[in-house]
Formats: sequence, structure tokens, C-alpha cells
Amino acid sequence: MSTSATGVDELPISSGDDVVRVRQLVRTRAQGIRLSLVDQTKLVTAASELARNTLVHGGSGTARIEVVQRAGRSGIRAVFSDEGPGIPDLDLALTAGWTSGGGLGLGLSGAKRLVDEFDIDTEVGRGTSVTVVKWSR
Amino acid sequence: MSQQVPVLRLGNALLVSIQVDLQDDDVLALQEELAERIVATGARGVIIDISAVDIVDSFIGRMFSSIAALSRVLDAETVVVGMRPAVAITLVELGLSLDGVRTALDLEKGRAILDRLIADRRTVRDIAQDDDEFVPIDDPAGERHQPDPSRR
Repeated sequence: MSTSATGVDELPISSGDDVVRVRQLVRTRAQGIRLSLVDQTKLVTAASELARNTLVHGGSGTARIEVVQRAGRSGIRAVFSDEGPGIPDLDLALTAGWTSGGGLGLGLSGAKRLVDEFDIDTEVGRGTSVTVVKWSR
Repeated sequence: MSQQVPVLRLGNALLVSIQVDLQDDDVLALQEELAERIVATGARGVIIDISAVDIVDSFIGRMFSSIAALSRVLDAETVVVGMRPAVAITLVELGLSLDGVRTALDLEKGRAILDRLIADRRTVRDIAQDDDEFVPIDDPAGERHQPDPSRR
């Protein structure tokens, strides 16, 4: 894990243990800005789904976690990036219950419902980057 | 793994108390160990205590459903106990329905549900054995189980 002067943490995601470490760091950062317990739980759960996607579908990748400010409110932004195969049909991938294989198909669609902001940048053959933000109330 | 999550005996049931943040491989290993322990011990029930678990994502949620289905096939019942309120709220929003999983607020209530489920299974079995049409394996001709008109 590396922390720069601006307070951005970047963690590798290349094993199941890394997914656990991402969950723990997101939890620590969320506690740091005093997110409510329910919002912490939602954000950590979303991070767990997205980190697993990075590992399973992207092969490996990174999670960048930082505290952000807007209009007097604090939030946690987490960016999950991989250089995997990308997502050919984004609308389909965001459909609850649709799965590319194995899982329940709740990873992306579920994570989206658990956060305040959700953005995907994906290109076939290049990789996928998912950004989520959860704001304090 | 299995050192990660001890599986304890609790009467005729197995008690699994998840105390650490499990990675996916540990979750799969736990599932396998539980199947083996149900068969080895003849346990009639499984109680999974998640009161120390701070998130349930789709992977671990699916594991609960799998263990419930698996134990049913092995003649046992499963109850998940101690879910935290924030976890419950998140599960519902995530869209996870925990199909086929019985839940209880705490260990004591879980044990009571398990006893009832096990008793229900026994009743079903007794009815099957009382049925005149039922032919046990050791009596393939069904001679001892012919309906006796004089008894009716």
C-alpha cells in the first residue's frame, strides 16, 4: 500500500487476501470521515463486489481510495481499475441477475445501488475502471 | 483453512461462528468442511453465527444459500443467526434474497427454529414409515407391509 501526500491510497488487487485488505482500508477511511454505520457497510460491501470483479474478470488490478470534499461534505471515492478484457455490453452487465458466469449477477448492479455516485469506463481489450463515491450526510 | 473458522458441536447440530474477515477461498473451504462434518457426525442441523460479521456481500450470501441447500440434501437444516441491522439493510439493497436460508435474531432463537425444523423432518419420515404403501429395502416383496383389511 502506498499513501501519497494528498492522502490517496493505492492497493494492488491480485489475490483474495488483497480483496480483504481493500475492504478493511475502505472501512477505515469511511470511519475516518464519520460515515454512518449503515453507509459504511454499504460502501464496504460495494467495494468488496468491485474488488472481486477486478480480480475475477480483470485478472488483477488496483484500488485507489481517497477522501474527497464537495460543498462542505466529505466523501470516499474508490476507483477499481484493471487491464482485463473489458465489458462488451455494459447495459447487459449492469442488469441485476445477469452474470458472465458463476456468480449471482449482483456485483455491478448491486454495487451501483449501494453508493451515491457510480461511473464505469470500459473498453474491450483495454480494461475497465469503476469509480464509486459515497458522501457523508 | 478451517483454523480460520472453527466448527463446533452443539448437541445434534454444528455451530460455525465466523469471527474474521474471510476471503473467498476460505468461504469455499468452509462450505466443503461443513459438508464433510455433517456426514461424519450425522449432525441434523447447522447454525452459522454471523454476529461478528460486518459485511455480507453476494459471494458470502451465496455461500449461505449453498450450505442450506447442501445440508438439506444431507438430511440437515441450516439457520443463519445474529445478522447485524446494517448488514440486513445492505443485503436488501444489494438485491440478495438468501433463497432457502432460515434466519434467526440470535443463537437461542436459532436453536429453537432448528429443533422445530428437525422435529418436522422426523414427522414426515414417520408418516412415510406408517404408510402401508411404503416398502422398506429389507422387505422388497412388501410382505410385512401388505395392507391388512381386517384392521380397517
